[in-house]
Amino acid sequence: MGRLAPLLPEIILAVGGLVLMMVAAFTGRRGTTLVNWLAIALLLVATAALVGAPSHAGPIFDGLISADLFASFGKAVIYPAAAVAIIAAHGWFERGTEHAAEYAVLIVFAAVGMSVMVSATSLISLYVGLELNSLAGYVLASYTRHDERSAEAGLKYFVLGALASGILLYGISLLYGFTGTTSFTGVAAAFGRGTPTLGLLFGLVFLLAGLAFKISAVPFHMWTPDVYEGAPTPVTTFFASAPKVASVLLAVRVCVDGLGPATDAWRQIVIFAALASIFLGAVAAYGQTNIKRLLAYSSINNVGFALIGLAAGTAQGASSVLFYMTVYVVMTVGAFLCVLWMRDADGERVETIASLSGLSQTRPAFAAAFAIFMFSLAGVPPLFGFWPKLLVFNAAVQAGYIALAVAGIIGAVIGAYYYLKIVKVMYMDEPAPAYSRVREPVQGALVFFAALAVSPLGYLLIAPLGALSDRAAGTLF
Amino acid sequence: MGLPLLTILIAVPLIAGLLCLFVRAQAARWIALVATLIDLAISVWLWIAFDPNGAQWQFVEHTALAGNFAWALGIDGIALMLIQLTAFLMPICIGASWVAIQKRVPEYMAVFLLMEALMLGVFAAQDLFLFYVFFEGGLIPMYLIIGVWGGVERIKASYKFFLYTFFGSVLMLIAMIYMVGVSGTTSIPALMAYNFTPEAQTWLFLAFLASFAVKLPMWPVHTWLPDAHVQAPTAGSVILAGILLKLGGYGFIRFSLPMFPQGSAEFIPLMFVLSGVAVVYTSLVALVQTDMKKLIAYSSVAHMAFVTFGLFAMNQQGIEGAMIVMLSHGLVSGALFLVVGVIYDRLHTREIAKFGGLSNNMPGYALLFMLFTMASVGLPGTSGFVGEFLSLMGTYRASTWGALAGTTGIILSAAYMLWLYWRICFGAARTPEAAVMPDLSTREWWLLAPIALAVLWMGIYPESFIRPIRNDVGRIITRLDHVAPAGDSHLTLAKGAMHMGGDDHHGAMH
Repeated sequence: MGRLAPLLPEIILAVGGLVLMMVAAFTGRRGTTLVNWLAIALLLVATAALVGAPSHAGPIFDGLISADLFASFGKAVIYPAAAVAIIAAHGWFERGTEHAAEYAVLIVFAAVGMSVMVSATSLISLYVGLELNSLAGYVLASYTRHDERSAEAGLKYFVLGALASGILLYGISLLYGFTGTTSFTGVAAAFGRGTPTLGLLFGLVFLLAGLAFKISAVPFHMWTPDVYEGAPTPVTTFFASAPKVASVLLAVRVCVDGLGPATDAWRQIVIFAALASIFLGAVAAYGQTNIKRLLAYSSINNVGFALIGLAAGTAQGASSVLFYMTVYVVMTVGAFLCVLWMRDADGERVETIASLSGLSQTRPAFAAAFAIFMFSLAGVPPLFGFWPKLLVFNAAVQAGYIALAVAGIIGAVIGAYYYLKIVKVMYMDEPAPAYSRVREPVQGALVFFAALAVSPLGYLLIAPLGALSDRAAGTLF
Repeated sequence: MGLPLLTILIAVPLIAGLLCLFVRAQAARWIALVATLIDLAISVWLWIAFDPNGAQWQFVEHTALAGNFAWALGIDGIALMLIQLTAFLMPICIGASWVAIQKRVPEYMAVFLLMEALMLGVFAAQDLFLFYVFFEGGLIPMYLIIGVWGGVERIKASYKFFLYTFFGSVLMLIAMIYMVGVSGTTSIPALMAYNFTPEAQTWLFLAFLASFAVKLPMWPVHTWLPDAHVQAPTAGSVILAGILLKLGGYGFIRFSLPMFPQGSAEFIPLMFVLSGVAVVYTSLVALVQTDMKKLIAYSSVAHMAFVTFGLFAMNQQGIEGAMIVMLSHGLVSGALFLVVGVIYDRLHTREIAKFGGLSNNMPGYALLFMLFTMASVGLPGTSGFVGEFLSLMGTYRASTWGALAGTTGIILSAAYMLWLYWRICFGAARTPEAAVMPDLSTREWWLLAPIALAVLWMGIYPESFIRPIRNDVGRIITRLDHVAPAGDSHLTLAKGAMHMGGDDHHGAMH
């Protein structure tokens, strides 16, 4: 039993998820609400269970996974974000979807996969975690299966995801073939023995390409706008938050732990991906008329900034990535919850940016919250979204990459344009027909607290969050 | 001093702004007015309590937030005077919007109060990143003020304003990060005494220049200003001209000069050339404007060139002059925008050609307009004269050519301002509507008269305004001592003396 203590959160989620699946199967649609709340409770209990052994036990199962503070930090962000994705689905699937209850179960399974991802210290567990999460994701993307766009999104996600998995697996097999081990430490040791061979480098490139797909970094971002647009909005909320954090954290651990001695080799790839993501995410968003597509480009853009922190290759950089992703999740989830409420007078869902026109006059509080998220995503002080950007640039400058920081920050200015556009539409245009009111007090409270957290009051969180992310990143170095 | 006066100063408009969102239009107006008046009272108290011969930094507050980030506030004389300016102009802006703004009043007042809080924060901040947060934060309310309550072309102007200034500032952010990394502190007072290597200073100076030159604005990055001014509502223009433009000058005084003395000295020729071009070019452009607000906007660019002239002369007169020009310009251009607003509210046009002969039917208006025109031109007895004279005197000690360009600007400013005044107030009314416009209302008198008094006070007894900043300017001069330009306008003994070596030449000056 003692051996399993570090795995407590995963055990709670895995066992709980199986039980919930049975509940869902036997109660059918009637059990949706019950299953949803139970799943949320599971995720919160799992978050609470992170205290203690799961955060400090270190490597377990012969170094397959590591129960350390870095992993716990990730899980502490992922579980609540997953819970929010379940709350976001409330009132969404009730009409016309026969398997509404399984939604929460799939999210729980995805959360187990993400747990494995952030704690993986071996190429095998990395792959298993990634696939567990992805398989749940494929199903979720096509969840409203009678809707063509959703089905298309699921298929597209699956085909491209499978391709990426193939690339990743190819990289893993190359690394295994040339090092004879799958553990990160073993791979790192192989890279540490003088100049890496061509085979090792190939393995590294394929591995990173596969990961870049998962975090939707340019040039492997193509699926993101389509999937984000086509998937049901609660699912998009989920995709943009928890799996993103898990993948970025996984990439950090792979780069630092597994490929640490080859930092100079992967840094150029990361720098390219970072800048390409920032600029493409900023420029491609210009012409978008669909808010979900726009937010998809925003997420590509934001991953670019997080990668700048990784490119620094220092503990400070890794810490800034953790900080960045945490704040990013709050902003993104808040923005998507707002999108969730975009319903026209008949209660139909709308996704066009034009429908937001003059929102500040018809729904001032809604517009204010949305505007806060937009300015925060743009990184404009005094909103809290500015601080994580400052931290990643700080890490890059302290590591000597001033040109990278300058290029990144210029990208931030270009990107600011489309966030401003949303604010302009809401505040400066003539009012469009008002949205109908959505009565979801829990979602409303979440939006309120998310907006509060990224408001200037968020600066009070700098000290605790900063200390925590420093310690978490410290476990990798 | 037990009371955290500066925090209160910033908190009052912030809280009042939040309050405004929950009440109706008329209540919001009163809340805003009362809050700004409270702030004015606090800032006057600061002025009284400030000891010009005391410590450099007074009313200091410090609460650590995280590692190298603190809620650190404190003011020296320079910040004190700019806080006075801000707190003085704000109630006037609220008054100017009393009738002119009828659409979404609570939000307008809230945004304005947010603006005030952020601007006061900029001047009071003693932490590098806190400064940046306030400095950049001002963009959001100003973006909304222009974009929501502005004129026909407001959307384009608001984008241009935001992106232009945002772009300028982000390079400064990278420079700040570098400075903190090298020096290990975010405290502005500590950084003002820190010696960066000369190479670093060059780059740091350029990065800060990118930000401050856009804010000030300097030629050739001034193009956002006319658009923003023309489209903004009257009170927005007052804030832009009166306070926002001062952030650039304040930045040069607070950061560029004391933190990068060598870097600054290296770029004196560039700064002088840019200022010289600005003064002459934008004055000429102002001369041909047909839109009143645009004319005043271009005149602002020209006046700001006196600030850069004075600052980069790097002597006591120059820097004091630059400060007085900033204060005076804040009052005078603010007043001029109000003057334009008064007739805009009556006729809803800013075309100069639509007016004329206003001295007949609006004598009170013509009187005050005359005073502000004269102050803008720099007539002795008004605030404009003191600032421009000191600044040009300082410039002359550093560079004859600079002073020559600057003086040309004064002549040109007389040309465009007097011509503007002539076209609007004298002659016969060009449209029948203009001939029947009523004179200033009581409310408008209350807006303009205080500024008129302040302009005269600064013109007649400038010592009140110079005393608090004298020691601070002295400290900057000490920092700049070994790099300040020797100047080309000193009396030399004889023609033969020109052939002597540099050192002898220098000695002959004493």
